Amino acid sequence: MAQTRRKLLIDPMVDNNPITLQVLGICSALAVTSSLKVSFVMAIAVVVVTGFSSMFISMLRNQIPGSIRIIVQMVIIASMVIMVDQVLKAYAFEISKTLSVFVGLIITNCIVMGRAEAFAMKNPPVASFIDGVGNGLGYGLILMLVAFVRELFGSGSLFGVTVLETVNNGGWYVPNGMLLLPPSAFFIIGLIIWFFRSWKPDQVEEREYKIQTIGAH
Amino acid sequence: MEALLSLAVKAIFVENLALAFFLGMCTFLAVSKKISTAIGLGISVMIVQTITVPANNIILNYLLKPGALSWAGFTDVDLTFLGLISYIGVIAALVQILEMTLDKYFPPLYNALGVFLPLITVNCAILGGSLFMVERDYNFVESVTYGASSGFGWALAIAAMAGVREKLKYSDIPDGLQGLGITFISAGLMALAFMSFSGVNL
Repeated sequence: MAQTRRKLLIDPMVDNNPITLQVLGICSALAVTSSLKVSFVMAIAVVVVTGFSSMFISMLRNQIPGSIRIIVQMVIIASMVIMVDQVLKAYAFEISKTLSVFVGLIITNCIVMGRAEAFAMKNPPVASFIDGVGNGLGYGLILMLVAFVRELFGSGSLFGVTVLETVNNGGWYVPNGMLLLPPSAFFIIGLIIWFFRSWKPDQVEEREYKIQTIGAH
Repeated sequence: MEALLSLAVKAIFVENLALAFFLGMCTFLAVSKKISTAIGLGISVMIVQTITVPANNIILNYLLKPGALSWAGFTDVDLTFLGLISYIGVIAALVQILEMTLDKYFPPLYNALGVFLPLITVNCAILGGSLFMVERDYNFVESVTYGASSGFGWALAIAAMAGVREKLKYSDIPDGLQGLGITFISAGLMALAFMSFSGVNL
């Protein structure tokens, strides 16, 4: 049992990562990855929401009628998100201002819905909780990787602490301004996907068309 | 009028929901393989967005805002913390109603758009549009303009993306980048192109 639980937790981080393989939940969070601190808070928020909403949905799974399950799941998820939002507003007001609408958008983050529908509706609460946390962590991992690259090379700092002294402050590093703009997140994720798939070739997608030289079979 | 026009141009190009805020990315990446389906989804998003943003604006101004319930005699009630749950409820309900109306009165339109409507409830662009409306404190007319034009911007982005992808499938891409990877990178290039609109002010 301990073994399967560890697998539930570790599996979504690399082998079955929600972002690079399942293409879920890219929506809301990429705009917040220009600084590590904000992404860290966002990652924690997502872990809490996926974990607890999976747990509660799984507790209620035998009571929820099939025809209205989406709306019931939505209400549970929305209540979790409201709680996270209120806590952030109370204890980390500055960060919640930077995250602006993106905390609210965790509701429509497909990871939460996806795990609720695919896992929590069929499994007991503890396993669902672990699965939710695992998927949240897998998502957080990518978020932190992107934010690490963007903050280090875009503004020469990590968690707001200067690592590479920029030219403006009399140092030597010329920051790459493009990394602070939204499109850079697309490139970094594209490259992360390339890296993951070269490492685990079984994740590579089938080609629709194959280029052939004439005569070669 | 000019202010509204400027708001619309900004929502379509400069602050494009898909390419500047990454909203609706899941559907943006999943449904952009063919131009015809992409346009169908784009139109549905536009319609739903035009209805839900003003609807949520009414909910916010007459039910949730501090003091909004004064017409019912509660002068100092602040229900803004119920915002998220009511917006998503409104969206889910309106999409359902729209689906039933189309099914009953406009069957051809229902056949064309029907499959996309359930997808839209969980499309972050829709909820995102409403949340931006709340954050920027639009009035009713502005919210109608913002809803329609941000939906149009999203439709434009997904149609363009589908065009790129239809050509892209014939190209020789490294194995690891196949599919999702190259789609991300082309979306990034498109986002860069859209950024050149920034600074356009009417």
